[in-house]
Amino acid sequence: MTVRPLDAPELPPEVLLRVEHLTMRFGGLVAVDDVSFDVRRDEITALIGPNGAGKTTVFNCITGFYKPTVGRLTLRRAEDESWLLERLRDHEISRAAGVARTFQNIRLFGGMTLLENLLVAQHGPLMRASGFTLLGVLGFASYGRAERAAIDKATAWLERIGLIDRADDAAADLPYGDQRRLEIARAMCTDPVLLCLDEPAAGLNPRESAELNTLLRSIRNEGVAVLLIEHDMSVVMEISDHVVVLDYGKKISDGSPAAVREDPKVIAAYLGVEDEEVAKVEQEIERIAEESGA
Amino acid sequence: MADHAPAHPSSPFMAALRNAFITALIALGLAAPMMGLVTVQGPNGLRLEPHWERVAIAVGLVFLGRLALNLTIWRPDAGRTRTQIPPRVEATLARLGRWFAPVAVALAVALPFLPGVERYTVDLAILVLTYVMLGWGLNIVVGLAGLLDLGYVAFYAVGAYSYALLAQHFGLSFWVCLPLAGILAAFWGVLLGFPVLRLRGDYLAIVTLAFGEIIRIVLLNWYWFTGGPNGIGGIPRPSFFGLDFTPGPDGFAATFGLKFSPLHRIIFLYYLILALALITNFVTIRLRRLPIGRAWEALREDEIACRSLGVNTVNTKLTAFALGAMFAGFAGSFFATRQGFISPESFVFMESAMILAIVVLGGMGSQIGVAIAAVAMIGGFELFREFKDYRMIVFGAVMVGIMVWRPRGLVSSRTPSVFLKEKKAIAGSLVQEGHG
Repeated sequence: MTVRPLDAPELPPEVLLRVEHLTMRFGGLVAVDDVSFDVRRDEITALIGPNGAGKTTVFNCITGFYKPTVGRLTLRRAEDESWLLERLRDHEISRAAGVARTFQNIRLFGGMTLLENLLVAQHGPLMRASGFTLLGVLGFASYGRAERAAIDKATAWLERIGLIDRADDAAADLPYGDQRRLEIARAMCTDPVLLCLDEPAAGLNPRESAELNTLLRSIRNEGVAVLLIEHDMSVVMEISDHVVVLDYGKKISDGSPAAVREDPKVIAAYLGVEDEEVAKVEQEIERIAEESGA
Repeated sequence: MADHAPAHPSSPFMAALRNAFITALIALGLAAPMMGLVTVQGPNGLRLEPHWERVAIAVGLVFLGRLALNLTIWRPDAGRTRTQIPPRVEATLARLGRWFAPVAVALAVALPFLPGVERYTVDLAILVLTYVMLGWGLNIVVGLAGLLDLGYVAFYAVGAYSYALLAQHFGLSFWVCLPLAGILAAFWGVLLGFPVLRLRGDYLAIVTLAFGEIIRIVLLNWYWFTGGPNGIGGIPRPSFFGLDFTPGPDGFAATFGLKFSPLHRIIFLYYLILALALITNFVTIRLRRLPIGRAWEALREDEIACRSLGVNTVNTKLTAFALGAMFAGFAGSFFATRQGFISPESFVFMESAMILAIVVLGGMGSQIGVAIAAVAMIGGFELFREFKDYRMIVFGAVMVGIMVWRPRGLVSSRTPSVFLKEKKAIAGSLVQEGHG
């Protein structure tokens, strides 16, 4: 149904999203400065960096909440279907390009039930099935079928995140960790090809954090690429296949978790130490990594 | 005020006394000029007549009343004012609630034929039902989509003038004009919707308020088109599918072999507005279960999350404005045909405020609550006619009372639009009120 925009670059088949020269200025402040990286299919990519490094800004550009000042964001959804994300309106990024996101401060529809939350996520297909409301008001059977399919999908997700028993409770009634999982399930109900998670492990206890890792891995194994911002190094090192490090809006490192962990620039940026102390800090990091691996 | 406990806790009685004294001082300040001085027509023009005994009585009452309240309900150790009905009562109410709607509809259908019902009652019921319909229409915009609209009466006016002008200039019948008026009002709803798409909260309220006033002032000043302050008179009355309510041989009564009575038309109008209101209700309930209705509620809960899920917030907001306006347009053309005369005076801000008050009092998003609130407010307003000027005070006091005991309206809980196993009401405190 879609065409590749004329100026969209031809991406290698394994690359899902290519971010090129992304720059975002707010007045005089350069929040993101010439950042380029790839998000590959079948991989979990982590975007890390100290506070204020511009991670969330990159996220907001990819998911359409900001229009980048400079840069090109090409997403290749299928072989013959590419999108330039910076040209799409925010709701089209989710619907057409298949990019779903969660938020740092959870944004559920608190007064609606879990089931309703997951049905709102399927708004696009349901809206088409209801003939843009007209057929639905008249009570056509085709809409009933579509709604049942949507409920089945929501049920499957609720079972998967272990919240099926609370399907008819208000989302705001859930404990924090469950709300995080529900938000991920809601994003997944939009049938994305790229799932962007803004600090999914924040505020989770170790058990919940481990459950989250399992969930994210299973999502990746189903062919949905995951891009996540995370502060919790144990999560990053354990589950990500590819790590991009930002500091003061610039990319300072990009590679496998092991490579990034060894990068002195990353160590310096993360811990704010002089070069002489790097060796000491490296040992420290090693220790943490071992603990997290254990 | 009772929270302002004294800095050094002496005795609770002294604190209560002090508080009551301060309240009495405020009462004195207010009562002295307002009650103590009366202008009387004297031989040499107006003169002031002091009535200090009235002031003394008022201040004394305030002092004693406040003291009594401080020592009983507002005692520091009395705990917080209860704003929640106990769960057991709530459950009983919910059980009754299931029967309430069908019984209310049955009662409404039977009303004109109940014994002891006269013309005045039916007239009043028509008025109440008009507001029920307007409340349900506004409920889509305010209650479901969470967009605060202070200029709703503008669409009511568009509907009324559409019918009046179309009927007068083109001779179109009521049944042709009714959908046209709805479409025109919906069009104006979209027109208002576009500029306010980005606005939230107070800003949205101000722009919608201004929109309502603009429509009224245009109607007032566009003399050759709308008749200005003189309004439009002689608006055709509706016919019963072509049969007029006249005493002649072609009239409704003669055709059906009834004795002519002016009440026939009133009863017909009553059923007309009842049908219109029920259609509004039916469509709203239906829409709530469709993706568009869920998108409205999601928009009220969190607009940013909506956008991240691919919900087109522009279209969603515009449909809410358009549908709300459409129902106001229907109600407006009904109003025009019922009155036979319309002028801009019927579409003042007070009307918008009244409809909004019905929605807020009823509980935003609740269909039954809005209906009860409309009956209570419009019906109550009429019943308290004997109170004359004081009915505004009674009205205000009732509003304050409801907001203290039921801060989220009469029916504050939200019914989910879909459920898997069990339909559980969602407590009002969890539901967002919208961003404006």
